[in-house]
Amino acid sequence: MWSFSHIANEMHEWLSKTFNPTLTLIIEMVIAGVAVIGLFAGLGLVLVIMERKVSAWMQIRLGPNRVGPKGMLQSLADTVKLLVKEGLTPDGADKFLFNLAPFIAMIVAMLLMAPIAFARDFQLWDMNIGVLYVSAVSSIMVISILIAGWSSNNKYSLMGAMRSGAQIVSYELSAGLSVLAIVVLTGSLQVSDIIQSQKDGWWIFKGHIPVIIAFVTFIIAVTAETNRAPFDLAEAESELTAGFHTEYSGMKFALFFLAEYVNVFIVCAIGATLFLGGWMPFHIGNWTDFNHVMDYIPSSIWFFGKTFFLIFVIMWFRWTFPRLRIDQLLNLEWKYLLPISMINLVVVTAMAILKWHF
Amino acid sequence: MYRQTEIINDASQNPSLGGSGETGDLIINVGPQHPATHGVLHLVITLNGETIKKVEPHLGFIHRSIEKMCESLSYRQFIYVTSRMDYLSSHINNHACALCVEKGLQVEIPPRAQVIRVLMDELTRIASHELWWGAMAMDLGAFTPFFHAFRERESINDIMEETCGARLTMNYIVPGGVMQDLHPNFQNKVKAFMQLYKRKIHEYDELVTGNIIFQNRMKNIGYLSPEDAISYGCSGPTARGSGVSCDIRKIYPYEIYDKLEFDEVLETAGDSFARYMIRIREMQQSIRIIEQLIDNIPEGDFQAKTKAVLKLPKGDFYSRVETARGELGVYIVSEGGTTPYRIKFRSPGFSNLSVLDHIARGSKLGDLVAMMGTLDLVIPDIDR
Amino acid sequence: MSKEINHKEPSSIPPSGGWGGYIKDVYRGVKSLLVGMKRTMYYFTHHKEIITQQYPDNRETLDLPDRFKGEVVMPHDEKNEHRCTGCQACELACPNGTIKVITQSVILADGRKKKAIDKLVYHLELCTMCNLCIVACPSDAIVMAQTFEHSVFDRNELTKILNNPGSKIMEGVE
Ligand code: SF4
Ligand code: SF4
Repeated sequence: MWSFSHIANEMHEWLSKTFNPTLTLIIEMVIAGVAVIGLFAGLGLVLVIMERKVSAWMQIRLGPNRVGPKGMLQSLADTVKLLVKEGLTPDGADKFLFNLAPFIAMIVAMLLMAPIAFARDFQLWDMNIGVLYVSAVSSIMVISILIAGWSSNNKYSLMGAMRSGAQIVSYELSAGLSVLAIVVLTGSLQVSDIIQSQKDGWWIFKGHIPVIIAFVTFIIAVTAETNRAPFDLAEAESELTAGFHTEYSGMKFALFFLAEYVNVFIVCAIGATLFLGGWMPFHIGNWTDFNHVMDYIPSSIWFFGKTFFLIFVIMWFRWTFPRLRIDQLLNLEWKYLLPISMINLVVVTAMAILKWHF
Repeated sequence: MYRQTEIINDASQNPSLGGSGETGDLIINVGPQHPATHGVLHLVITLNGETIKKVEPHLGFIHRSIEKMCESLSYRQFIYVTSRMDYLSSHINNHACALCVEKGLQVEIPPRAQVIRVLMDELTRIASHELWWGAMAMDLGAFTPFFHAFRERESINDIMEETCGARLTMNYIVPGGVMQDLHPNFQNKVKAFMQLYKRKIHEYDELVTGNIIFQNRMKNIGYLSPEDAISYGCSGPTARGSGVSCDIRKIYPYEIYDKLEFDEVLETAGDSFARYMIRIREMQQSIRIIEQLIDNIPEGDFQAKTKAVLKLPKGDFYSRVETARGELGVYIVSEGGTTPYRIKFRSPGFSNLSVLDHIARGSKLGDLVAMMGTLDLVIPDIDR
Repeated sequence: MSKEINHKEPSSIPPSGGWGGYIKDVYRGVKSLLVGMKRTMYYFTHHKEIITQQYPDNRETLDLPDRFKGEVVMPHDEKNEHRCTGCQACELACPNGTIKVITQSVILADGRKKKAIDKLVYHLELCTMCNLCIVACPSDAIVMAQTFEHSVFDRNELTKILNNPGSKIMEGVE
């Protein structure tokens, strides 16, 4: 069958036949890197136009409709604009850190791509601690925001960065706890194991109410972690003009912008992997015929379909809700989400021990 | 390398920048170009972390000396300038000036003109509150309501455009009445608007008013006690949110307001949410007024006969109206000539802004935006 | 300084009575959020509600009300005649000095001398579209046009002469 994993294997075989193993590995790494960067650019373009269209339709507008068919090339035009814009570094800024920050944001987003399974057997690195790796690496993100805020030498940026720090550190707890719920049920940290465990049904269906609660908590927590409205306090344009990236312009701003969207994609991909089965088609118990029909849809379509559904939900939040205040944001986490997800984790553990799930 | 901290210390030691001299205070300049000030207002805010210690408004960025300009314009001409003060209730501003001139001229306004003026006033009020509602939600980070509010506002603007010829600065009122008669489509269009409004009003609750995030951000912040509201000279929805009855339409009725049935909207909580609710409920009262009048517009002249050149007798004249933001007073001193000797506008925005420092102290920076939203500041109205 | 701060600690979450209250809070909060999301979803799926006008594209069909104040013009009939007597009432009525009426005396057919306009200069860049000149004109010689695309590259183009070259006053207009 024509699939991502098939192409990857063919390529690997051909490369190993032609070159020696070391060279093969290097070439493969280069290909993977280029593919990730390409995916980045593609995701940026797609997600920006998606966000603009979603917001426009929710706001009874048409949205971009000039560049390309139905305005679909608008984000390409915007990228060109950002590329040719002057990337200004403010006089009082700490030049080295100021220029470093957007790249940290970018590199973190790239690293997070590694354990994501885009299709059946198509994964950059299926390490045995995949989920732990994601939690660990994603917390580096906050460093780039802090650096950006501090080095800009702008009080708005600094405040945005400090807010962001408090916010990401606290929301990582409930994001982690809700991820743990699935890890407990699966008994493995490996992404491929987690997906395999959903062969006969996704966790959101198999896991009863506790998993649904974990899922909702996860969505809220990752919305906060990616600094998206209603938790976009780090940017909060009506309070802090543009928060931590107030001073950034041109391509450096674009990198932050891109990193935000790629992060949204990644957290949604992880959410889809953990709760909605990743690339696993929709299977119901032992309805073999139905399952066969579902198998005909390529696994990459399942994966991207689920991920984009979650991305849409997060966009939907953004264009509906007002922003929280900083103390309310922390209240929500410490008074509501954290206790709920802790109790939930206990319930899930009991469920896993007693085999109450399907 | 460590300039950031240095600047904080410098600014806090510099009392001319509003610094209290305490190290650790962060002084930030909100505005004159800032998304939350909706204009060129400059606020110097002393912060302790996220908590506000002091807010100091700096005015004058859009001062056009309208009062002085009016002194060189005739009594017919100066009215249009006042549209540029509170541009969202420009019609009501014009109304206040016309009332003052008419007081001096002792002319009787034909009933038709009175009804037209009141109808337009209320439409302007709704349009203004509509815009405020959208901008308020936008200040709190919700963008969608802004566009929804503009849909309703747009149909009012269309009505205005058809009858007055302009959408924002109408200049429809002249001393003695209104400039032109109503457009034949006026009644139908207003009725269509009211239907649209009634069909859509529940969306305001769904999107904003009932939203738990919104309520939590508005309730219990920016408390303004009735005593403070009076002593700072607040008026309009800002004061009524604290339970101070100050609706000029009720206390000093002008035109036909004393014959109309409507309630003065009052809330007692005094917080931002109360001020928010006042405006939402005021829109419904305005709809009520329009409903009473739209089918009962008396026939007759739309303008009283006045002389070509208006001359006010020697003396001083004062009139006040309720704009969408509060009490607008117009004070004219006349020497008997064709132009006023002195004009003074008592604009609601100025007094309402002065209360900001008082209500903002001790709350968070994010709250400041919400409070400024509920004061409904229009900067050209403050500076004039 | 900091002593003056009156502490109104914002109690963002309303006090809830025990476990029941806690759960009720969560339920009410979530419900209010879902109601808002339902509303935006409605608009997301109902594109008929979109009210955007695609302005430069709909130039042809753009229907401005006949009272729309876009620019002061002086209508001329097919014989190139206008109604302006040169009385300067508009110039006096204008608050901004937008209009300058330049008169000349012409000799009529019967030998009488009469005042008539040479030029009626109108500075569009100064005009605030207040309509006062139109109301002041005793012979309805000027009206508001519904044009609104006034941007030009050279601001001299904004100074206009309203009467056509070679035009004269209509019969019977005093
Ligand atoms: S519309 Fe007003 S500003 Fe313009 S020319 Fe006429 S009187 Fe002057
Ligand atoms: S346009 Fe009218 S008011 Fe002006 S000079 Fe001509 S006739 Fe008089």
